[in-house]
Amino acid sequence: MHSSLWLAALILVPVVGSLVALGVGKVEGLAYRVAVATAAVQMVLTLVVAFLYNNHVTGASSFDFYSRHVLSVPLGLAYDVGVDGISLLMVVLTSLVLLLSLLGARDRRREPAFVGWLLMLTSFTMGSFLSHDLLEFFIFFELTLIPCYFIISQWGGAQRARAALKFFIYTFAGSASLLVGILYLGFLHQHQVGGAISFAYGTLSTTVMSHGTAVWLFVAFAVAFAVKAPLWPWHTWSPLAYAEAPTAGSIEMSALLAKLGTYGLLRFAVGLFPLALADVRPVVLSLAVIGILYGSILACVTPDLKRLVAYSSVAQMGFIVLGVMSGSQIATVGAVLLMFNHGVITVGFFLIIGFIEQRRGSILVKDFTGLQGPAPVMAALFTLVMLASIGLPGLSGFVGEYFILIGTFATHAWWSVVATFGVVAAALYLLWAYQRVFHGRAEGANAAIPDATSRERWVLVPVVVLIVALGVFPKPVIDRISPSVQDLVHHTAPGGVTK
Amino acid sequence: MTITIPSVHYLAILPVLFYFGAALALLLATALSRNKVTLRVGTATTVLASIAALVANWFQWRCVARTGASTTVAHAIVLDDFAVIASAVIALSVAMTALVAHDWAARERVTGVEFHVLALASSAGALLMTQANDLIVIFLGIEILSIGLYVLVAFDRHRTTSFEAALKYFLLGGFASAIFIYGAALVYGATGSTNLTAVSYFLGTNVLLRPALLYAGGALLLVGFAFKVAAVPFHLWSPDVYEGAPTPVTGLMAAIVKVGAFAALVRVLISALGTQLDTWRPILWALVVLSTVVGATAALVQRNAKRLLAYSSINHAGFIMLGVWAGTVRGTAATLFYLMTYAPTVVASFAIVTLVGGPGDEHHAIERYRGLARRQPWLGGALAVLLLSQLGAPLTTGFYAKFTVLAAVVDAGGGALALIALLSAAVAAFFYLRWAMTLYADDDLEATRVEVPRLTGSVIALGVALTLVFGVWPGPLATLAQHATVLFTP
Repeated sequence: MHSSLWLAALILVPVVGSLVALGVGKVEGLAYRVAVATAAVQMVLTLVVAFLYNNHVTGASSFDFYSRHVLSVPLGLAYDVGVDGISLLMVVLTSLVLLLSLLGARDRRREPAFVGWLLMLTSFTMGSFLSHDLLEFFIFFELTLIPCYFIISQWGGAQRARAALKFFIYTFAGSASLLVGILYLGFLHQHQVGGAISFAYGTLSTTVMSHGTAVWLFVAFAVAFAVKAPLWPWHTWSPLAYAEAPTAGSIEMSALLAKLGTYGLLRFAVGLFPLALADVRPVVLSLAVIGILYGSILACVTPDLKRLVAYSSVAQMGFIVLGVMSGSQIATVGAVLLMFNHGVITVGFFLIIGFIEQRRGSILVKDFTGLQGPAPVMAALFTLVMLASIGLPGLSGFVGEYFILIGTFATHAWWSVVATFGVVAAALYLLWAYQRVFHGRAEGANAAIPDATSRERWVLVPVVVLIVALGVFPKPVIDRISPSVQDLVHHTAPGGVTK
Repeated sequence: MTITIPSVHYLAILPVLFYFGAALALLLATALSRNKVTLRVGTATTVLASIAALVANWFQWRCVARTGASTTVAHAIVLDDFAVIASAVIALSVAMTALVAHDWAARERVTGVEFHVLALASSAGALLMTQANDLIVIFLGIEILSIGLYVLVAFDRHRTTSFEAALKYFLLGGFASAIFIYGAALVYGATGSTNLTAVSYFLGTNVLLRPALLYAGGALLLVGFAFKVAAVPFHLWSPDVYEGAPTPVTGLMAAIVKVGAFAALVRVLISALGTQLDTWRPILWALVVLSTVVGATAALVQRNAKRLLAYSSINHAGFIMLGVWAGTVRGTAATLFYLMTYAPTVVASFAIVTLVGGPGDEHHAIERYRGLARRQPWLGGALAVLLLSQLGAPLTTGFYAKFTVLAAVVDAGGGALALIALLSAAVAAFFYLRWAMTLYADDDLEATRVEVPRLTGSVIALGVALTLVFGVWPGPLATLAQHATVLFTP
């Protein structure tokens, strides 16, 4: 097992970077450079962890870099971190999203505070993915709201105040049931085994509970994660928040924070309450499928590009939830892959939309036409990201969706069949939007639009590389996810079917 | 006829004596001294008395650690860790308020030391309540606390709202005290004693065939307490009084009345009436639900900072009561932990409101805060942190305060109650955040700067520091609260 100090560094480096950035705020542009340097260090650390990671650790199932320190006995508060294949992928995504949103979506208004919040957000998100203790997870999960709230409310668009409040209240209210659920589970376990209260994931997963209790606890957990994901019908905060946030905020929320919802659903709701699965599966799967169709339909008719990506995300998150809840190992691997790939694809989308917004000051589809004439490189990049999102074989989006659909077909065929229409719908709304924005004859302001600068092209290189590489050769990643998923699915098998 | 004078363990009542002594000394000094005793002397005396009380608390803590909890003055006063911690919280709040009030008095040209005399006397009453082991002593504490506050609320001679608030507080407060003492009489009738230990012993060893008298008495006591902590539906005085009172007084009230009243409430319900848990729990359940929900929703429409904080404190009263509802050691510890973290936060919050109120103490519209954090990042940031703490955001003490009471409630089987309270916190988040957003608005950068005098500034810094330091590192406070309740009950 490797030293857990690596993980402590992953959580602390952004905090330090954030404080330094705020400290040197007086010097023009220095805060930004500090932030980029921090993100680069963070990326290097992440890659080191990713390559060191060993999924055959003995002891804490497949968790590597594991360590636990109790901070307060009466509160049951502990610092407890570890990484398995699932969280490893999310950790990589966290660092990647930070780096790309800093490089590609620079916001010069009060920059020290902006990058400071962005780095804080990264630290908290990192903490959530690394937490191996429910209370610790909850604290980090709640903490992510604060930087997000300030980023939207201070750097957002015209309706930023409303968007930020709606986002905060929805998620905060959603997590109320999560906290009560965590407490209930903790005390249930304490009453069974005695001793001090503890919220360690490993110990709580051995709690004996009745079928009814499991269902209620699952619901309490799932509501919080469904709001965060967002899963239909709790998605209503997301289009407004994504559209009003500054580009970096939209990226962080949709590419990264949304994954906290599905990650939590998989790790905590599914992982801890296997008894409930048989009962709740039809309901959650149905919600996921409805989300896929609903998101696709709204994406067809929505007037602006950011909302288009937001609704498309609702549909994509539906796919992920479908995989997570299917009880099939293949589909779960697919869901974890899609979490990562959807993150990368969304970064690509929002970056390109951000570039366009910078040039034209608008994100309304009707304001654009024929952009591929004056900006062919941008059009090409958008095409690639779009095709990956549609799920074209050979690009990254395909692998995850394919795994999810075949895996789910084996366990819950009808849901899978209906969900497949979502793939078709994705092609419909994305190609149609592409056609309206990039095809035709550019006139006026549209004709004068400059093509992607070299900086913008370079920022998108990692996105393109990942989209192609993970589309053609996803094996190294799958090898790292599979053992962890296998652990989780086998643990939950008594409650459902395994294929 | 011989009169037996009960033995007095002076260390046990030392903090109370310090406060009364300081108040008397100041009064005498004003009467006897040829020159006018200055404000500076008053502030220094209050702060020194508070520090002396804190030192006495330290020795009390060690005494309890050595010999265990004990009672004195004919078992009417108890010395245990719970009382020690609660007294320390009160002493800290009084010292902080005295410093804020000093700057406020200088700004409002209030001279003389009457303010400090009254504050010291009031605080002595609150201290007495934390140590009371007898319904009569609790009543004494309530009266001493309240009478000083009635005058303090009316202290701002330039504003009629100050008088109006004082009159309202006085009339309703007097009524509540009467109800309380009537309740005490009925409990005496039912159990034959007003001593909490004796009541508890009586109820533990006897079965009441006709408990109506006890129930009526207990209910009246609860009404008295509910009035003091401003729990819904006995809260109607609080927004007006919070708004009308001079702002430092509001801060003092919000802190010490809550600490004193909740400490006494815990003693009455857990120590004396612990056997009647199943009877009083449903009543507390209703009080909690009403206070949290009404406090949070009514605050949504407030446009005045002080009224908003009044409703917010009603919401908090509901949360603190959650810990009492649990009726367990964990619940009592949680109540104490909540009080420990809430008092400095609320005093610091009202310190900022005092500053922004400006000369005359009347600019309390939320609009007044527009862009504050842009013009004065430290002051505005401090208020943002204090608001986030009251909201219950992690990394502030407010989170762990809510967490501990909720944990106690869930442990005691109140999952639904915990959920209702938490959802009310989500509603409350709305107005805290809206206020925070006003702080960071960037459309009114020309407004005048808020002067931050040194003493008030340091109080705010202390409040924020406590909120953040123990928000990151809550272990010591939690251990202290737990330790204080292990030896609970005399």
